[in-house]
Amino acid sequence: MSGRSTGATAARVLRQIRRDRRTIALLIIVPCALLTLMRYVLSGRSATFQEIGAPLCGLFPFIIMFLVTSITMLRERTSGTLERLMTMPLAKLDLLAGYGIAFGVLAVIQSTIVCALGFGALGLKSPHGVPLIVALAALNALLGMALGLFVSAFAETEFQAVQFMPAVVLPQLLLCGLFVPRDAMASLLYDVSWLLPFTYAYEALRKATSPAPLPSSLAVDVAVVVAATLAALALGALTLRRRTE
Amino acid sequence: MPAAIRTHALTVNRGGSEVLHGVDVEVAAGSVTGLLGPSGCGKTTLMRCLVGVQANAAGAVEILGMPAGAHELRPRVGYVTQAPAVYADLSVRENLDYFGRILRAADGRVAHVIEQVGLAGRAGQVVATMSGGERSRVSLATALLGDPELLVLDEPTVGLDPVLRSELWALFHELAGRGVTLLISSHVMEEAAECDRLLLMRSGVLLADTTPGELLRDTGQTELGAAFLTLIRRSEAEA
Repeated sequence: MSGRSTGATAARVLRQIRRDRRTIALLIIVPCALLTLMRYVLSGRSATFQEIGAPLCGLFPFIIMFLVTSITMLRERTSGTLERLMTMPLAKLDLLAGYGIAFGVLAVIQSTIVCALGFGALGLKSPHGVPLIVALAALNALLGMALGLFVSAFAETEFQAVQFMPAVVLPQLLLCGLFVPRDAMASLLYDVSWLLPFTYAYEALRKATSPAPLPSSLAVDVAVVVAATLAALALGALTLRRRTE
Repeated sequence: MPAAIRTHALTVNRGGSEVLHGVDVEVAAGSVTGLLGPSGCGKTTLMRCLVGVQANAAGAVEILGMPAGAHELRPRVGYVTQAPAVYADLSVRENLDYFGRILRAADGRVAHVIEQVGLAGRAGQVVATMSGGERSRVSLATALLGDPELLVLDEPTVGLDPVLRSELWALFHELAGRGVTLLISSHVMEEAAECDRLLLMRSGVLLADTTPGELLRDTGQTELGAAFLTLIRRSEAEA
């Protein structure tokens, strides 16, 4: 592993995304528009908006980076650039870390703007401060990126890669407790929810956006998210093969 | 001269069927060798074995005295795939800057290779807006960046206009003159005349390891395309 190759890769990925102005606009505008829509759908129920909208500010990057990474990585595979990189003196870790830095930077920008809107104009409350939410959002983005990277190995086309988003992300979103408290779920679903990394991402954000003092279990949630990210990256690294069919 | 490429009994299985059937090849260092044969005969699979990216390969492949795909070989071997493997959404220079940093290319290499492939003046152009021939030259420039000792080029001149094609062949010979070994595939027999040596392939088998002059003499033909056809008929008669 070398800092030079990691840095070069991160700069290259960011440069590619910067070229694509429309994608950048979508990355920023879509979560802001959805949050605003939610505010008006839940008008008059500000407690519900606080319960769902506030954690959602830190969960958007997970969903979006999952999608962006799986498509970017699939392109890297189908265009032959991944094969070219694999014939070069580049450690797989350099490539993964480069992607991680690039998408981490994007996530910080995205969640800062979404948080500015949510906790500013839309009146959400952040009793423990917005920086904590942005930091959790960046971690969630890395988790989304790592999972996206891993599943991209199982997609042969962009159509397939896009389908992985609802397949992998939506069940986790439904089971994490955001819409229905987990202890109100059927016991089987409750048990399953413990196995899904997104549950811990939501739990951390729920604690970070609720008025109660921060519990020590927040550290456990964060540790699980980090561990799941590392595990997904390790699995993703296994799918980067120097030799292919 | 020691051999830059040596394969022995190289066999490859792809999707349950054998596509290379025990290929023995030896390529001398500092030469331009053409790998010719019809589309689908196994040229690309053979090249992928040489650069160490082909799975399910059995037999021996030795490159510059080391097993193919060895970590030490990565900076010493340049590979250009048939489809240009570059980032279409970046400019020529941005592509080369990135790969140059991975290869730890010396300062000035990027400008030099852009010049070598005849793209000076287009360095700022985004690859997606270029023609197929231009894109494949960007891909070639990437392989030249690391100043490799062995260049494996899969159909680098397809779709290029004749002037450009002859310029590239001049570049290939200039590189060989400096000791670089080049293995260049093509399905156009006219290009065979440009090579020092020829490897002729058909249906996963090496039919001949020869020179353009020898091939014409052996077959009694005056034209390389007809000579290749004679060779194929002869091998079929033997089988």
